[in-house]
Amino acid sequence: MANKIPRVSVREQDPAVRATNFEEVCYGYNAEEAQLEASRCLNCKNPRCVAACPVGINIPAFIHEVAEGNYAAASAIIAEDSSLPSICGRVCPQENQCEGSCILGIKSEPVAIGKLERFVGDWALDNASASHIEITPNGKKVAVIGSGPSGLACAIDLAKMGYEVTVFEALHKLGGVLVYGIPEFRLPKEKIVAREIDDLRRLGVKFETDVIVGRTITIDSLLEDEGFSAVFIGSGAGLPRFMGIEGENLNGVVSANEFLTRANLMRAYDDEYDTPIYVGKRVAVVGGGNVAMDAVRTAKRLGADATIIYRRSEAELPARREEVHHAKEEGIEFRMLTNPTRVIGDDKGWVTGLSCVEMELGEPDESGRRSPVVKEGSDFTVECDVVIMALGTSPNPLLKSTTKGLETNRRGCIVADEVGATTREGVFAGGDAVTGAATVILAMGAGRKAAKAIDEYIKGKEQA
Amino acid sequence: MFKIVEKRALADNIYLLRIAAPRVANSALPGQFVIVRVDEHGERVPLTIADYDKAEGTVTIVIQTIGASTKKLCALAEGDSIADFAGPLGNPSEFVHMSDEEIRSRRYLFVAGGVGTAPVYPQVKWLNEHGGHADVIIGAKTASMLIYTDEMAKVAENLYIATDDGSYGFKGMVTAKIKDLIDNEGKAYDECVAIGPMIMMKFVTLTTKEYALPTTVSLNALMVDGTGMCGACRVSVGGKTFFTCVDGPEFDGHQVDFDEAMRRQAMYRKQEGDANQRHDHKCNCF
Repeated sequence: MANKIPRVSVREQDPAVRATNFEEVCYGYNAEEAQLEASRCLNCKNPRCVAACPVGINIPAFIHEVAEGNYAAASAIIAEDSSLPSICGRVCPQENQCEGSCILGIKSEPVAIGKLERFVGDWALDNASASHIEITPNGKKVAVIGSGPSGLACAIDLAKMGYEVTVFEALHKLGGVLVYGIPEFRLPKEKIVAREIDDLRRLGVKFETDVIVGRTITIDSLLEDEGFSAVFIGSGAGLPRFMGIEGENLNGVVSANEFLTRANLMRAYDDEYDTPIYVGKRVAVVGGGNVAMDAVRTAKRLGADATIIYRRSEAELPARREEVHHAKEEGIEFRMLTNPTRVIGDDKGWVTGLSCVEMELGEPDESGRRSPVVKEGSDFTVECDVVIMALGTSPNPLLKSTTKGLETNRRGCIVADEVGATTREGVFAGGDAVTGAATVILAMGAGRKAAKAIDEYIKGKEQA
Repeated sequence: MFKIVEKRALADNIYLLRIAAPRVANSALPGQFVIVRVDEHGERVPLTIADYDKAEGTVTIVIQTIGASTKKLCALAEGDSIADFAGPLGNPSEFVHMSDEEIRSRRYLFVAGGVGTAPVYPQVKWLNEHGGHADVIIGAKTASMLIYTDEMAKVAENLYIATDDGSYGFKGMVTAKIKDLIDNEGKAYDECVAIGPMIMMKFVTLTTKEYALPTTVSLNALMVDGTGMCGACRVSVGGKTFFTCVDGPEFDGHQVDFDEAMRRQAMYRKQEGDANQRHDHKCNCF
């Protein structure tokens, strides 16, 4: 039986070596490994993996093609539902999605769906080009705000439908969170992200960097003066949150966004680049999500002793299991059930430590996770010279305040229906700007749904 | 790429660059800033807008060479291009939302220090164009460090110049000139706007507090993206934390914790010194 083959392990950089460089951790499968792993798939009649995929990729079908060595066919099957397989194959939380529901996982190991998707995505980047696609321009213009996963996915689909798409990016580099947030060792920028964006250029998508919609131009001016028929907002998550504890403005306390932006976007770790980064000797990262893991592993690579401080237990860590596993291999210390109460500084205002309390798990809260409760009299100090807050984000109010009729909800996120239509006619939205911080795959899915809805909206208006 | 259409030396180590950036010029208002990146290796440097011309599509910035990135920027010549010029960012000055009638009813005192004189100019110019009344004090260490005096004289109701060494105009600090105007010349103002080095803004606010004169300051905090994403520009105002880039850059000066702001501004001084040395070293290798 096919399922007697053990899951093909993926080759990775040695932990001791990779903890000192920014090269990609995982090498991925070669063709032989991919075919062997693909042969483990049972091709279930009612594939639970497809139901668990946020964009419903026909997983057994593409895996079947991989097993047969038909990579172009596998790529075409994925492309029906996903735009960025080489990216999602690397950063999706597969253990909670496709792989988490794989039937093989009950008795042994699930099929390595993520690694297979990555293999197909990378194969397509190397072998197939978007320039083969025949596009008939329809003369209509659509503006996309933000070049992160939702914006890119929306732009790809609209371009293929024949729209003239312009993507406006606030930063100097394209890719959004794929470039400023997720580190090189998890998602290579030139090898993967830049090539995906080059594919969009070949589809005729135009890009304008250094344009902050809401400041440089407005959505109103795009629709009224610049001849765009519709606008998609994929502007991302927003402003970093802090805890509101004493000492948070001391020198040495930074948001994970700042730390990662300095390292990833500005390449502060490279002497050739002018942007500074302060790493110190001991770094405490507060939080337990993927961003916290990215920050702590970046700090480690920059030479610091790096620790995760998280108020619940390891079982509740929201980060991908693979990232936690990789972080531990690289020598990251995990202090679970620990909550900071104050940042301690010296007389010059620089961080010297983090005052914490021990926590224990109480009753489940509304998220279903057991909520942490302070253990009385458990105060102690974690010595450190840098504190990185990785606590999520709150929405940027800029677009709401500069766009007529665009509503946000109580949390400040843009109100959009299931296909992305906002309260303003002709304006659609998706990704973190709508949901709050979530995943690349959800953002990509939202971008694609909105592309379809934008097409219907523009066609409907023409007929009216 | 954004072309430098004009470059002028205004004083020692202070340069004016006029940049072709039609979208920025079209949206710019007094009080806002831009993020400038000289080339692929440069930092994203926040600089307050010194002037803009919507018809020509240009925006003027004034730069003091202090770090590696500003030195590289000022080493460029007219006709050269810079990699990035993003903006306008931050909120415009409050008076741009006022009616002309309201503007005319108020008396402003602007206090400009050093390179901070440049961003005062578009504010005074705006008020002048809308019939407002703005007196301006420009302060500098010495006469050769003064900038924008001719331009300012054209738009200010009264222009006062103060130099620390008395080499031009009033001898003394801008704070002494503020006292002189109010105590000895019988001047009265509804609002003071101070833009300059943090230390100057701190002492201006201490002085104006004595007169209960509401004072706005424009903070030049450290930033990376300048759009609200990084939080490097956190500042305490009235005991609460704000982001200079999205909540400012202008704040109530009497509420700003300047000591914290100055400390935070020095956060990367050591690393910046290192980068500066690398840059200087490279420049000597030709």
